[in-house]
Amino acid sequence: MEEVVGKILKVSGPLVVAEGMRNANMFDVVRVGEKRLIGEIIEMHGDKASIQVYEETAGVGRGDIVVSTGEPLSVELGPGLITNIYDGIQRPLETIREKVGSNLTRGIDEPALDRARVWHFEAEKKIGDTVAPGDVLGFVDETEVIRHKVMVPPKKGGTLVQIASGDFKVTDIVAKIKLENGKTENVTLIQKWPVRVARPYKEKLPPAEPMITGQRSIDALFPIAKGGTACVPGPFGSGKTVVQHQLAKWSDVDLVVYIGCGERGNEMTDVLREFPELTDPRTGKSLMERTVLIANTSDMPVAAREASIYTGITIAEYYRDMGYAVAVIADSTSRWAEALREMSGRLEEMPGEEGYPAYLTSRLAGFYERAGKVVCLGSDGREGALSAIGAVSPQGGDISEPVTQATLRIVKVFWGLDSSLAYRRHFPAINWLNSYSLYRERLSDWCADNIAKDWMSLTGRCLKTLQEESDLDEIVKLVGVDALSPEDRMTLEAARSIREDFLQQYAFDDIDGYTPLDKQYALLKLIFSYEDRARKALAQGANVQTLADLPVREMIGRAKTIPSENYKAEFEKIEAELAAQIDKAVHDAAKEN
Amino acid sequence: MIREYRTIEEVAGPLMLVKQVDGVKYDELGEIELPSGEVRRCRVLEVNGRDVLVQLFESSAGLNLAQSKVRFSGHGVELPVSKNMLGRVFNGMGEPIDGGAKLIPEKNLDINGTPINPAARYYPSEFIQTGVSTIDGLNTLVRGQKLPIFSGSGLPHANLAAQIARQAKVRDGDSKFAVVFAAIGITFEEADFFISDFKKTGAIDRTVLFINLASDAAIERISTPRMALTAAEYLAFECDMHVLVILTDITNYAEALREVSAARKEVPGRRGYPGYLYTDLATMYERAGRKMGSEGSITMIPILSMPEDDKTHPIPDLTGYITEGQIILSREMYRKGYMPPVDVLPSLSRLKDKGIGEGKTREDHAGTMNQLFSSYARGREAKELMVVLGEAALTPVDRLYAKFADAFEAEYINQGFYENRTIEETLDLGWKLLAILPKSEMKRIKPELIEKYWVGEK
Repeated sequence: MEEVVGKILKVSGPLVVAEGMRNANMFDVVRVGEKRLIGEIIEMHGDKASIQVYEETAGVGRGDIVVSTGEPLSVELGPGLITNIYDGIQRPLETIREKVGSNLTRGIDEPALDRARVWHFEAEKKIGDTVAPGDVLGFVDETEVIRHKVMVPPKKGGTLVQIASGDFKVTDIVAKIKLENGKTENVTLIQKWPVRVARPYKEKLPPAEPMITGQRSIDALFPIAKGGTACVPGPFGSGKTVVQHQLAKWSDVDLVVYIGCGERGNEMTDVLREFPELTDPRTGKSLMERTVLIANTSDMPVAAREASIYTGITIAEYYRDMGYAVAVIADSTSRWAEALREMSGRLEEMPGEEGYPAYLTSRLAGFYERAGKVVCLGSDGREGALSAIGAVSPQGGDISEPVTQATLRIVKVFWGLDSSLAYRRHFPAINWLNSYSLYRERLSDWCADNIAKDWMSLTGRCLKTLQEESDLDEIVKLVGVDALSPEDRMTLEAARSIREDFLQQYAFDDIDGYTPLDKQYALLKLIFSYEDRARKALAQGANVQTLADLPVREMIGRAKTIPSENYKAEFEKIEAELAAQIDKAVHDAAKEN
Repeated sequence: MIREYRTIEEVAGPLMLVKQVDGVKYDELGEIELPSGEVRRCRVLEVNGRDVLVQLFESSAGLNLAQSKVRFSGHGVELPVSKNMLGRVFNGMGEPIDGGAKLIPEKNLDINGTPINPAARYYPSEFIQTGVSTIDGLNTLVRGQKLPIFSGSGLPHANLAAQIARQAKVRDGDSKFAVVFAAIGITFEEADFFISDFKKTGAIDRTVLFINLASDAAIERISTPRMALTAAEYLAFECDMHVLVILTDITNYAEALREVSAARKEVPGRRGYPGYLYTDLATMYERAGRKMGSEGSITMIPILSMPEDDKTHPIPDLTGYITEGQIILSREMYRKGYMPPVDVLPSLSRLKDKGIGEGKTREDHAGTMNQLFSSYARGREAKELMVVLGEAALTPVDRLYAKFADAFEAEYINQGFYENRTIEETLDLGWKLLAILPKSEMKRIKPELIEKYWVGEK
């Protein structure tokens, strides 16, 4: 193909306009100037191409050369992605650090996957087999946890003419497929895929299984499905990042792609340093063995921030295609939207609300719609799921702003973080009054079969009690707590117990940080057992203040920190103590009268 | 070869358009020579064909279109740096103004810096004792953190910042410590307060000052914090010093940025601030930290005054999204006479969890911190209720909480600007105050720690 070479006319921050580009394609990657900065064509006007440059453009001037590579912005997919940390356009940050030191210099060209590393490929198919797109040719054990499936690339079905097990570098040919049109396709361990195009699948399915997070307010009240979408809006300091980190740590998925998009450098470092130390409760291996990190911190060039979201979700789709359950966690989509706004402003487009471009909603929808539970390509009918969770950072915590509103129209779960809860150190600060999950109904069958028959009614009771508490609080604010009937007082006590003993969860505690579903259920049972017994005692004449002050409540309060392995016996002790103390309260009340 | 151009076409506000230029690069530094021979500096904002839009760093007064000459330097804006900067005073453009000798630079550094590779950062986790209970005990500062002070007009943020600069120390003793102070559009009096405080304590010898006063050109403010940070980076990452950077006042910086943006007729974001304010602030704040290959660190305390004490104003709001927490000052505490008037509940240090606990401060730190926070929050709620309904409407426990909240404000928060408390003193004070409450309310502290440290009724 003929190389297209143009000359720069205009430079304005990350936007460069070059002339002589008539033969280039839209969304081609170009190299800009002497330093060969990476850019992408985003508009064509006759001979002139507008290019967004993914690196700092200082020092670029008129007349500098622009060369088109003729390819769209793509990612390399293959073994070696996991445990790695990449920037927004998939450059390996660890390798770059080894090469150029601790600051990011410009124009670095470094392949995403290590070219020298040798992988052992175990062939599954044999010569002469007919293979369809998506069929698994063989395996590479990428980490101790993830078995990397080497698949026939989309649209490349045919007959295998060469395949063998052995040790290969990522660029070595592991198999050859004779296509139907007679050509031969060489399959290496690497596939390239353009980031702005969703990877194909056979069929999309409605999600039906919860993604278990071990976070009580999420699993019990506002669950997310495997293959579902969720957003976490909240003002700064409300604990968005902690929630996101907890999800990345404890979700029962096979792989997590964590995208730090325009956020703090130290947060990425935290993940990078902490995850290798943590063990996945399900596999017993390090959490890093199932994590891919994409880091475009807020001081890195703004255009690459726009690309980072796509880079991340494309990698996630690739593992989904292997039949894994994958979660993409993006922190924060607001920074991504701001990158869109900045480019839009430089392109002198007509702004929509608050200066955001008019296509903000459709771009956001395009991102979240790449999530879902699917039947993957390939003859074995395997299913994969991709859940997408995005943090949103609304300005001033005001969720009426365009990014939050556009997101809410798309996602099915809303975990609204609340600064007033955060001030009270109620963490996670998920506001139970305005958050919602549209998956509750859909997941009810699974929960009834796998947790307990009454799981849905118990969690529903939680929500109802909390709602009643908020109504009663209005009255208390007006006339004081003494004006309430003993029954209403008991509702307040039950709600307090739900809030403090169940919903509050200390992320940094070894035990409290993750609660398995059966223990969540037992905790709820315990809390409601207190309420039920207390109400009965109330009917038998016991004093409401005495019931509220029972010493056993402190034990209930500490129940969540009892180690998950042997909680059952301890919970039974608490239950017995509870029964005894309530009986005593009834007895004492009867004696007084 | 450096060419001179006499083709200035337009000057409007801080912007200037030069025509018919060749070979000029984006973000290049330029010099304008006035007919009087005076030289002013400028920077390329946009290259469009042979037209170049430049931003002046100083006022445009006296500029003459026909006779002024423009030269472009071939490089970006740079700061000459050297270890001898310590103890010196510079203006907002990095030129010495203390009457001392000219600096002999060891090197010239681009003031924009380069982003730190997140894979090359160390996570900040070394406890810094500031001697202020509300910070050490509740919003712990660690080395390499960026922790802003959100203040308002008339609040004593300067005293708090000076107190931190004076008292801050790391527990394991002596390491090379320096302060870089950037005054961004503040008044002479405020700048003088800092300088005389540094002089009084002798800290001036290990301080680098960059001063842009309210009377200096507003547009110069855009480069002042970057000058300061470049000096800080040099001291921290090349001379292995632990640098505390104080930037005051970020609000003035953002306003200068808005001025340039408005002059360029850019589509404004909220309240007229440019849409890229977040990115712009981030490129400054993110320069704090610790990184591999260097012993030093940059800890940053930006100070900003919130217009109308409004935390949702774009400047504090976007700052809060980038920095690792915030210390908020409260007008209510100030009126009560409690100094430093820290508003405890909305203040936060995000990095505290890694900097506290056994081996760093004390084993009971995390538990007591959470207990103090939630107890104070509940006490405040009880007090609000008490205002509406009277004390009788409270439950006995809530009455104790209200009492606790009062004592907490009067003793824990109100320590004054000259009391330097060790972390042990702060933690013990916390236990003393918690003893106002029943022991059964200590739900956030591990039982074995309660047994060990409880000073109230058994």
